[in-house]
Amino acid sequence: MRKAKHKSVETRHMEERRELYESLKNIDRRSFLKVSAVALGTAMASGLAWPHSFQPASVLSPSTSSQGAESFRFAYISDSHLYKKDLNDRFVRALLRSVDDVNSMDPQPDFVFYGGDLAQLGQVEELELGAQILKDLKAPLKIMVGEHDWYLDMGEKWQELFGEPIQSWDHKGFHFVILNSVIEKDFWTERGMKPMERMMTVAGLDNGMQSSFTVGSEQREWLKNDLSKYSNDTPLIVFSHSPLYKLYKFWNFWTDDAEEVQAILKRFKSVVVIHGHTHQLLTNRIGNIHFHGLLSTAWPWPYAPEGMPELTIEMSRPDPFNPNDGCGNGEVITHTDGLIDKVYSLWNRNPITISSTYTSSWGKRDRPPMPNRPSY
Amino acid sequence: MNFLTLFKNQKGLFILCLLLVGAVVLLAPKANNDQTSDIPKGAHGEATMEYQLQELDKLMPKVDVSETPPGFDPVIWDAFIPEDNKMTPERVALGRKLYFDTRLSKDNSVSCATCHDVTRGFTDQRDVSEGIGGQLGRRNAPTVLNAVLLQTLFLDGRSPSLDHQAKMPITNPIEMGFPDGESAVEAIKDDVEYQKAFQEAYGRDINYEDIGRAIGAFERTLVFLDSPFLRFLSGDKDAISTEEKAGWVLFNGKARCVSCHHLSPSNPLGTDNRFHNIGVAARQPDFEKLAREGLKTLAEDPTEEQLEELALNTDLSELGRFMVTKMRSDVGTFRTSILLNIGITPPYMHDGSLTTLWDVIDHYNAGGEANPFLDGGIEPLALTEAEINQLVAFMFSMTDDRFTEENNRQKKEQKALAEKSRPERDEDMAFRRKLAFEDRAKGIKKQQ
Repeated sequence: MRKAKHKSVETRHMEERRELYESLKNIDRRSFLKVSAVALGTAMASGLAWPHSFQPASVLSPSTSSQGAESFRFAYISDSHLYKKDLNDRFVRALLRSVDDVNSMDPQPDFVFYGGDLAQLGQVEELELGAQILKDLKAPLKIMVGEHDWYLDMGEKWQELFGEPIQSWDHKGFHFVILNSVIEKDFWTERGMKPMERMMTVAGLDNGMQSSFTVGSEQREWLKNDLSKYSNDTPLIVFSHSPLYKLYKFWNFWTDDAEEVQAILKRFKSVVVIHGHTHQLLTNRIGNIHFHGLLSTAWPWPYAPEGMPELTIEMSRPDPFNPNDGCGNGEVITHTDGLIDKVYSLWNRNPITISSTYTSSWGKRDRPPMPNRPSY
Repeated sequence: MNFLTLFKNQKGLFILCLLLVGAVVLLAPKANNDQTSDIPKGAHGEATMEYQLQELDKLMPKVDVSETPPGFDPVIWDAFIPEDNKMTPERVALGRKLYFDTRLSKDNSVSCATCHDVTRGFTDQRDVSEGIGGQLGRRNAPTVLNAVLLQTLFLDGRSPSLDHQAKMPITNPIEMGFPDGESAVEAIKDDVEYQKAFQEAYGRDINYEDIGRAIGAFERTLVFLDSPFLRFLSGDKDAISTEEKAGWVLFNGKARCVSCHHLSPSNPLGTDNRFHNIGVAARQPDFEKLAREGLKTLAEDPTEEQLEELALNTDLSELGRFMVTKMRSDVGTFRTSILLNIGITPPYMHDGSLTTLWDVIDHYNAGGEANPFLDGGIEPLALTEAEINQLVAFMFSMTDDRFTEENNRQKKEQKALAEKSRPERDEDMAFRRKLAFEDRAKGIKKQQ
């Protein structure tokens, strides 16, 4: 991992977890997997610090097939940030190209997930253009909202086009949930901001004016309730636009009530969280929750300056002469154990697969080859 | 180019001579190849080796080849010369002899000069080249002019040096057809002149490696940079016309050429030496099927021999640089071509599929051909007809003065062809009334 001046909460957790592993080194892997709760209790009693968010349960139980979960695949497209066609058609072409990519998949994916930020500034024309392009997808579309879609009219147009921003469904033994994780506290009324000023503020980075993203108590209740019907061994895939953990506050690579949401997901044997917003290869794991970022079709973000989660294979600096480099779309292949292979189909590079065994082994197995140029 | 404009802007006897040549060209009652019909032809449509040798003597200055050519910094020039093949008159003379020797082909009909013809811009001016037994290859022959300055050879860059490259066609079954290097050595080893020449050049008996080295040494003398444009670039404001200057402005701006065709006094070739998918290969009907096959085949990690076999004998050669690097980003990419002398080396692109420079600009103006591997820098340019003409005029100003006659002939001929047909012209795409990938995303097949 990169040396960083400041350490994010997640980075510190990673370090704590690594220390734990170091201290358990003398137990070989096989017997470690069989360590009973009693033995763990002993380990804790012997003075080992137990990281707050680290969930031993999923590491300690060898993965078995969850009931009824099937292996299938779905495609993803995300963060197209469309402007009106006559203002900027590069991003429009990029989304068209993604639709073409997905439509040429053979066999077709079960569905296509769109990860949010379809529009750049929430304009009616931008959203309608996006909706029109996505109509050409051959496979069914599931779509999530991003902050760029929302803060001009507080989601009015988006909901008119795409319906409920929060939803859940079952598919081939998996339970899927789409959250709206980009809810901000009202910073605009008091300041008398016009809708466009509000939109521009949310669309900006590094400004102290907007609040952090949250899922919010109301939605957390909804989630708890939605999940109450499902047993702990149900494979669960949650979509959120922002990462459901805390990575870098100033770019809102951050969800303020992440811990509360994680707590709701804690009881499940394994959970996959797939998020947009970060426009880069990004992998994390907190206990039973495996996090995967999505590529943007519009532009790649550089990596946040405070260091990245340990499991992340950082992509190297995109080629400035090729506006496609670092962009792309991809696919997700589910496994019967409830985990996924996450494929980053970078347009200008060989695809990179973050396999389920890579995250389930905490990066010890099936590590993808490192890029041949440095990160950025 | 308008000759009257040229007369107003430029002075001197030399230009007057040009005008006379131009006038002859204009007045000639000709069809396409009439201008070259009085040239004696060989088996594959090339000028005979004897004729080419005479022409070459007229083109090449009598110089000491071991010295840095004028206009080059000796340190820079040295960087282009391999340690084991320093330039000597003996090596260049030997290479010159080998370059024109058809004995290096299995049926004694093909030499280097068959496809890299002195009278045709050191290429063959055909879409793809013809080798022994009239077999056709899959790629357009690149010019040897200034190839010394390239970082890699072949359109997919699979060869690191001229010395290495020069050997490859000899054992290519389609081109010169010897089963191996030894057979080629066998074909010339009884020639006493060669025995002597190899001893003088390399102090050894005839061998395959030195055949490559000698041809490489000869090719390194083919530096042809003396174009009106490069004189303009080095400060002579009157060296090119107003129209050509307008083309140069577009080249660096609206037309976006310079992003890949790097062009400056210190990098006069006009190539970034990199590989790009601009969508030419994607016009092949099966390109994407091939690409998927290629990705799959190469994922199974074939041996070098299998790879060479695939690249040579199957349609997978359309995947270009990908067959060398196995990188997805290289699917359908070919090296950015040299721009110097571009006027005299038609047809264009790796498969010779574009007949005129107007077609080339039309291709770029429309944003290339949409395909899943298209380079991100390729986008519609919205160039008007006047701007297209300026760019083409500019490109014709990059030809070395020694080829002015052929350049003028080409310009006239290509213009006539372009007036008749502009198959790549697509104004809806160029002016973004329709976007790349739009039809594809909708599932609409392009009409061929």
